[in-house]
Amino acid sequence: MTAVQAFKKYLWIFIKYFSVIFFSFVALLPIVSCVITALKTKTEYENTNVMTPPQNWFNFENFVTAFRDGGMGKAFLNSALIVICVVVGSVLIGSMIAYVLNRFKFPGNGLIRSLFLFATLLPGIAMQVATYQLMFQLKFIDTLYGYIILSMGTDVISIYVFIQFFENISVSLDESAYMDGASYFTIFYRILFPLLKPAIVTCAILKGVGIYNEYYNAMLYLTKPDLKTVSLALYTFTGPFGNQYNLICAGVIMTLLPALILFIAFQNQIYSGLTAGAVKG
Amino acid sequence: MTKTQTKKPFNFQRWLKSRQGQQTIIIVLFSIIPLALLFVFTYYPFAEMFKFSFYDRSYTRVKGFVGLDNYVDVFKKKDLFRSLFLSVYYMAGAVFQLALALYLATIFCFKIKGGNFFKGCMFFPFLINGIAIGFIFKFFYTRGFVLDTVLGWLGVDMESLPYWLRDQSINNWSLVATSVWKYFGQNMVLFIGAMMSVDASLYEAADLDGANKWQQFKYIMLPSIKTIVMLNLIMSITGSLSAFEPAYVIASKGANGTATYFVKMHEVAHTSQKIGQASAMAVVLLLIIFAATILQKLFFKYVFKSGEDEDRGAAARRERQIAKLNARKGA
Repeated sequence: MTAVQAFKKYLWIFIKYFSVIFFSFVALLPIVSCVITALKTKTEYENTNVMTPPQNWFNFENFVTAFRDGGMGKAFLNSALIVICVVVGSVLIGSMIAYVLNRFKFPGNGLIRSLFLFATLLPGIAMQVATYQLMFQLKFIDTLYGYIILSMGTDVISIYVFIQFFENISVSLDESAYMDGASYFTIFYRILFPLLKPAIVTCAILKGVGIYNEYYNAMLYLTKPDLKTVSLALYTFTGPFGNQYNLICAGVIMTLLPALILFIAFQNQIYSGLTAGAVKG
Repeated sequence: MTKTQTKKPFNFQRWLKSRQGQQTIIIVLFSIIPLALLFVFTYYPFAEMFKFSFYDRSYTRVKGFVGLDNYVDVFKKKDLFRSLFLSVYYMAGAVFQLALALYLATIFCFKIKGGNFFKGCMFFPFLINGIAIGFIFKFFYTRGFVLDTVLGWLGVDMESLPYWLRDQSINNWSLVATSVWKYFGQNMVLFIGAMMSVDASLYEAADLDGANKWQQFKYIMLPSIKTIVMLNLIMSITGSLSAFEPAYVIASKGANGTATYFVKMHEVAHTSQKIGQASAMAVVLLLIIFAATILQKLFFKYVFKSGEDEDRGAAARRERQIAKLNARKGA
């Protein structure tokens, strides 16, 4: 290897690692600074620079205060209930319609696919005005079930993930089961649904995180204090805590923990689900 | 009993038990709820929005039919029209974001120690709650806080730094940066997925035939990720037109000249309760998005036309290369 080649090789290694380390730093810096601040006491926060490490790395007092005074307990319960209902609902709905669209040829199949596809082009917030009117007429405002039904109705990506998954399950499986006397419902419920498990995990995580993070609709349709979701509880933090960023940061870190845990546990499913959804949708 | 039934020209019960009947039942049962939800929460509001846009009305009271007045106002009222131009900032950000994602995705295709960890760091912002991001960046940009401190480490004088969220010459860029921060990792993961789906034997074959790295990138990798890059470009342009989150959450509902079109629309609808006006704004936005989508599709079709011819040649070449490789392996 000549000197020039060696130089090129090491330069490439440098560029490679410099790029990934630099951009990881950029991605983490805002979050890490929040963690640092969340661990500081009030006097420490007021008297030190924001990037100075806290004296005690295990000072969780702010978290306790934020949780108690910010009404996070009730908010986590509400969010958990919403996430569970919406995830179960949209997995069932998505897999059912995907089964029908993938397994049966019937007039209107193509039309239904186009209708769902076209719906992805319509930006949700743009139609809020009319949706709000509708929710008002249905008396869905300030009810958890109203918000849950609204959130289930708009999931197109998971339908596409399921359709794609069905394409890889051989139709001969259905055929032989049908010959053995199973009804279509049994085929779906007993044979295909269990095979869908990887797709279900992927969709459930993505949808779950999405709903957990949703705040725009929640802000419009869940205005009563005892219906607050985690996002809304966090949104109102400036009320009780003003500019006390040590408490606000504690709240921020608290809300992103569930997403972080899910992410670490299901990293690969999340990546593959995103790719599958994007390629088809 | 069966005899009497077969005599009838059409027997409903029998049809129900037949294969076709079973299929019809399952099709209707399984698609009725999804379709109902789709129509009630997507297409019905969509149609209503069109209707509203021709009226002067609030949520509860209709004041009268005004024809196209609401549409004219969108272009006549300076603050509304100006907010539409803010999306240019977000588009510029989106283009930068895609380029950055493509660059990093390429790097991740090489061997990197701890690659999964770095990838995770860059992707995680995508999963963070919008409100949390709002607080994180309010904190981040505050005078003398995180960004100023880090720039101070690099030797930048604090006095020369602007107020990131207040100074009107920079605050829109500050907001665009938060959107790039949130989405570049997600774009990168999509690109990595597309790049990894290329059959590794293609590179092997190309190597054997003496193609250098750049040629491999141009003829093998680029064609295979073209679709997803294009898709992302379209999505980020539509996303820029409907930018909402950074301006609403970080910049306190669009203060200091950061109100994007969506923030304005929200304000018109929910603060001023001018439903007709807001609906007209939404329709205008939708039309622009459709136009942009179609234009981009046409543009790519036209620009990549020569590229596609090359593709076909490349595909044929690739197949020949694989055949050659297999022949060599066999020998």
